[in-house]
Amino acid sequence: MVPLSHYLTLGAIIFFIGVWGVLTRRNAVIILLSIELMFNAVNITVVAFSRFLDQFTGQIFAIFVITVAAAEATIGLAIVISLYRGRESLNVDEINLLKW
Amino acid sequence: MELLFFYIFAGVAIGSAVMVVTNKNILHAALFLILAFFCVSAIYIILRAEFLAAVQILLYVGAIMALFIFTILLINVMQAQFLRQFHGQRPLAAILVVALAAETIFLLLSDFRGNFPLMSEMPSETLGQAGLQTLSNLLLTDYLLLFEVASVLLLAALIGAVVLARGNIATADRRR
Repeated sequence: MVPLSHYLTLGAIIFFIGVWGVLTRRNAVIILLSIELMFNAVNITVVAFSRFLDQFTGQIFAIFVITVAAAEATIGLAIVISLYRGRESLNVDEINLLKW
Repeated sequence: MELLFFYIFAGVAIGSAVMVVTNKNILHAALFLILAFFCVSAIYIILRAEFLAAVQILLYVGAIMALFIFTILLINVMQAQFLRQFHGQRPLAAILVVALAAETIFLLLSDFRGNFPLMSEMPSETLGQAGLQTLSNLLLTDYLLLFEVASVLLLAALIGAVVLARGNIATADRRR
């Protein structure tokens, strides 16, 4: 039997690996992949709590998080394609037109 | 036995998550993320959430990662991957992330009196019987508004993605 702390620790570790990826990488597609990692970590945490509290609310929340992640990945990739079409580079450091 | 499987899948998930964020080749990073999603799906099965495990593979691996891989193959990967992809903020980010992770795990597990009650919290055996039926009942009765709002959100994302990726028709004609 797996105690709850193991699931929460796993969720936290994967979440912070995603945070490190978002903070450190400069490629726009890798940043989107790290955001997907964070979504999955939240899903693990929520489904673990749903199992240990004997209800289904967590699983339903996780289904909607997956739906929202699909919509967000779609829009994010459309933005990446537009960026690439405009300046032939995926480096987020070069997208600084609004910088003063 | 369950604990052994949890450790195997958790270890592979964490390992492939680290490979996702440290890989120079973005196609390899996407493939490692697919491996991570399969491991997370196995963890859902250990958590007795079988429908969510199937949905995870169908949606995350089958739709979202397929979209990612199509996009990565559509843009010119060779140019994008040989840029220097790390900057000098890596040590500071590592310190910050490790500190935040340690603090979060400590806050999640302790109860501020010195003992860690969740370390011995074991799951009950009642959940999971006729789980899919209860889940679908809940989706269409208690969470109906969420269900309909999710449909509207998907419609908005569809329209937005088509508009954004279509590009400027005038520019495309001029290039041709």
